[in-house]
Amino acid sequence: MPDALSKPMPVPDEISAPFFDGARDGKLMLQHCVSCGMWSFPVRERCPHCFAAALQWRQASGCGTLYTFTVMHQVMNPGFASAVPYNVAQVDLEEGVRMVSNIVGIPNDALRIGMKLQAVFEAVGDNVSLPKFRPIQG
Amino acid sequence: MPNPSKGAIVGLGVTPMGKIYGRRAVDFAAEAIALALDDAGLQKSDIDGLLINANIPNDMDPRTQMVLGLENLNLINVMSAYGSTAGSMMQYACMAIREGLANTIVLVYADAPLSPSRGAGQSYAGPHRFPLGGMTGLRAAYGNFGANPEYAMAARRHMALYGTTEDHFGTIAVGQRQWAQMSPWAQMKAPMTLDDHHNSRWIAEPLRLFDCCLVSNGAVALIVTSVERARDLRQPPVHVLGYAQRSPGDNLNTARHPAIETGAKHAGEAAFRMAGITREDIGTCQLYDCYTYTVLVTLEDYGFCAKGEGGPFIADGKLGPGGALPTNTGGGQLSGYYMWAFTPLSEAVVQARGQGGIRQVPRNDFVLVSGNGGILNFHSTLILSRHAAGG
Repeated sequence: MPDALSKPMPVPDEISAPFFDGARDGKLMLQHCVSCGMWSFPVRERCPHCFAAALQWRQASGCGTLYTFTVMHQVMNPGFASAVPYNVAQVDLEEGVRMVSNIVGIPNDALRIGMKLQAVFEAVGDNVSLPKFRPIQG
Repeated sequence: MPNPSKGAIVGLGVTPMGKIYGRRAVDFAAEAIALALDDAGLQKSDIDGLLINANIPNDMDPRTQMVLGLENLNLINVMSAYGSTAGSMMQYACMAIREGLANTIVLVYADAPLSPSRGAGQSYAGPHRFPLGGMTGLRAAYGNFGANPEYAMAARRHMALYGTTEDHFGTIAVGQRQWAQMSPWAQMKAPMTLDDHHNSRWIAEPLRLFDCCLVSNGAVALIVTSVERARDLRQPPVHVLGYAQRSPGDNLNTARHPAIETGAKHAGEAAFRMAGITREDIGTCQLYDCYTYTVLVTLEDYGFCAKGEGGPFIADGKLGPGGALPTNTGGGQLSGYYMWAFTPLSEAVVQARGQGGIRQVPRNDFVLVSGNGGILNFHSTLILSRHAAGG
């Protein structure tokens, strides 16, 4: 049972299950439109680009660049009281999708917009893993 | 030569703002409407339309009509595009009046999120606001709570692209605090220096406490009527010359940059076209300022300076008292009160009437008002004037 000091944990639902199943297996799964070829995030029934109901889950490369980030100091949830200051970042994936995540494996003061990133997967519960990103060379 | 007025604001009511506990949003709303009616010289029975700005807890719903005791309305709606809604409500009111649907329409925003047991940030974006189901739960899992981190990331991107500095943000905050010291309605009156800004605690880097708006309990109401009827009422009418919306949305597509390129560009151009005036005619701006960054990016997108030059543009203090472009002259949401776009709209009415007292700007012929909702997702622009037409 999560206690009051646990970080909030997402509860997968039917439409999001492939994303969370993938993350648990170390894969970044995103929706890809069979009709127009565009990728999208976070989750929908219908492509936000061409509006076709033709989205299929596919594994993304997990490669991206740091679009922007913040370092959070304000404690908005007791689960993050011991985590501050922590970063929240927007990552531009090479598939053309921008997703929010955390950057790991680097001090916050070394974060630079434009740095290359690779997805990693962090188990946050028995059955739930979160995609996060770490810097890579080049 | 400006184009004809689309409608007139004839009443304004602003309740006491801030840490006023134990009252419901709808009770603040009733007080604001009573103040607005008195201001206009109208009776409650004159009201035949009610437009309610939905707030975050959604406790301002259509049943507000019954709490207020309004009867036989010809128009009622709860509207929401978050912080841009006031502009949308004004559009709808003017169009409804011109179509003959209603003649005396109240626009109201009210909220009461503050309580003695909970801080301002928690009141607005605490755990009770974040469901964990499905991918929505990712936001909380990553620690991405409320608007603070989102606007911080937008500001960070602007800094990296264009060299915008904390001094630039601080200059906006300091200027607005100076304005607030001259407004009887403002919550924050203590003097603020640039050092004070830089020494205020981090909220979400690069945003400090003094880069962030207040949270307020209170309400603002306006009364809108036809240009003809406005002539006979108590206050000098404030005419609505131009309005437009532009909502860029955000599909989290890497080809788009809603954090940097806001809806103010297109909405501003459209509103100026409708009003038949140009940017140079604007004597004061009342801009949505949930964060200092929002002011800066909105000025760029309205074309007061080139994209990316907002920082150097405001660095001389031109937005503050005595400056060339007096902006957020009631202290805005940063130092005045946080009533979504009813903050800039209410101050615009004061300035257009010439009732600003010691904070009255010298050029009040045309006032530019912005609204901004979500994370720069939704935008509205209004152009107000003390002239019905003809400058």
